[in-house]
Amino acid sequence: MMNNLGKWVDDRLPVSRFWNAHLAKYYVPQNFNFWYYFGSLLLVVFVLQIVTGIWLTMSYKPSAEDAFASVEYIMRDVEWGWLLRYMHSTGASFFFIAVYLHIFRGMMYGSYKKPRELIWIFGVLILLVLMAEAFMGYLLPWGQMSFWGAQVIISLFSSVPVIGPDLAQWIRGDFVVSDATLNRFFALHVIALPLVLLFLIGGHIMALHEVGSNNPDGVDIKENKDATGKPVDGIPFHPYYTVKDLFGLGVFMFIFAAVLFYWPDGGGLFLEHPNFIPADPLKTPEHIAPVWYFAPHYAILRAVPDKFFGVVAMVTAILILFVMPWIDRNRTRSIRYRSTAFKVNLFAFVAAFVGLGYLGTQPPGPIATLAAQLLSTVYFGFFVALFVISRLERTKPVPERLQ
Amino acid sequence: MADSPSNPARRRFLTGAATAVGAVGVGFAAVPFLSSFQPSAKAQAAGAPVDVNIGKLAPGQMTTVAWRGKPVYLVHRTERMLETLTEVTDKLRDPDSSVSSQQPAFATNLYRARPSHERFLVIVGLCTHLGCAPTYRPEVAPDDLGDEWKGGFFCPCHGSKFDLSGRVYKGVPAPTNLEVPQYVYVSEQILRVGGTEEDVA
Repeated sequence: MMNNLGKWVDDRLPVSRFWNAHLAKYYVPQNFNFWYYFGSLLLVVFVLQIVTGIWLTMSYKPSAEDAFASVEYIMRDVEWGWLLRYMHSTGASFFFIAVYLHIFRGMMYGSYKKPRELIWIFGVLILLVLMAEAFMGYLLPWGQMSFWGAQVIISLFSSVPVIGPDLAQWIRGDFVVSDATLNRFFALHVIALPLVLLFLIGGHIMALHEVGSNNPDGVDIKENKDATGKPVDGIPFHPYYTVKDLFGLGVFMFIFAAVLFYWPDGGGLFLEHPNFIPADPLKTPEHIAPVWYFAPHYAILRAVPDKFFGVVAMVTAILILFVMPWIDRNRTRSIRYRSTAFKVNLFAFVAAFVGLGYLGTQPPGPIATLAAQLLSTVYFGFFVALFVISRLERTKPVPERLQ
Repeated sequence: MADSPSNPARRRFLTGAATAVGAVGVGFAAVPFLSSFQPSAKAQAAGAPVDVNIGKLAPGQMTTVAWRGKPVYLVHRTERMLETLTEVTDKLRDPDSSVSSQQPAFATNLYRARPSHERFLVIVGLCTHLGCAPTYRPEVAPDDLGDEWKGGFFCPCHGSKFDLSGRVYKGVPAPTNLEVPQYVYVSEQILRVGGTEEDVA
């Protein structure tokens, strides 16, 4: 009976073909390690954000008049509303934790290199849209930090030569951040950008499944196939990695729940304290800082003592990722077979990113600014050094098979 | 219908022409979507002038009013405060207020104010860097701003500094002086932010 039904559907819709192509007979390297959890985790967090987001829109009111009160209403009066809201706000931070680790994995193992350039480009696009999504979502509670954060970030666009001020006004839909801004950010946050993300994630995974996954050894498993055409070092994604990823998900959810229940504001990092005060267009909080995941880019912006070039530096810090596949000119993928110079360079980059993240949350001052300038130089220096090192370095021989 | 066009050049031309016309159509269709992002008629109408009584503003004090949703600072400067304006000239980026977009013509002077009431400063309280509201710091040489500080405005977001006429210091991220809005005195005591000479004529 079920078999017949299955066949009936299969004759009309390629369900089992899809299942086999992407899971049961999709062969992936057998040596995935810890760093390979984050792709599937991101998919889960994405779904979590969509679901909690839909539920939040049922009680949230996108108007300058009601927004702050409606969030408090969700927190106090809606049954389990606090849980939905904290899942969504904690989910945003965990989204970025997983994204940054996922990107770092790609840098370590050279996952952006030929033939995976498009996967990487899709990934950077996802990062950009995710940042816009997070930024617009942060305006919605209409707290002090929501308001002034949006004011500062939208003002960044006013530094564009010639059209800048008109562009900023076009984005706001008013002469200042106002009800019009809040309402349109709501529309973009709940409909437009999630749809764009969905398409980009689809493209990311389709491009991945076309060429197959890289692995910690950076060895191409498609070079060694058995008589039936299966890679000898490959295993089907299902059940092997579905089970592994489920285990990873369990650990992730354990940590997620611990933060959610005991530390939902992340000590002011996940939900900033001034955001518990309603937006006041006449008074900027004493110290305004972005949420932690924007802090590194914000520190770069502040490090440059010029409005226009500060914005240019900040934007470049993200856009430069697009050309990573061509900056790194070495064909050896994995860090395991690359030179010490490469390892030191990558370590310096990570340290600079973390350091800038710390500085971005701190008030500006002469010493902090100097440190931010130094670390920004290291950040951009990474790409320059990589361009040179990747051509000159002596790499270790890459094995034929997985180790 | 033949399998291949009998006249490929003509087919190419028709395809190209149809694509071009279609693209123009898409361009026109995009206009309402993009234009709807502009400030609405309601938002534009909300810019009504605001009347403020400055009679109760003591020397050295500042008050804030909302105009078009923006904070507007009104400062009653003392004689000593006006004297500082000439003492900081060489530390300023634009001491002569030469950027015309930042003040109406009547305020292109040392006090950046109407000559009839030069002690009263009226400025939009949004930093020209990224739009935070600078804080009014009239005290001389406070700990955090250094011995050279003669009073003025300090932006807590990115550390931009302005003097007591809202003129920007050198070496800070803000590119221009704080904006002086259009305003007029409708009587000796009543200042109308957003008002013009036509209001009193």
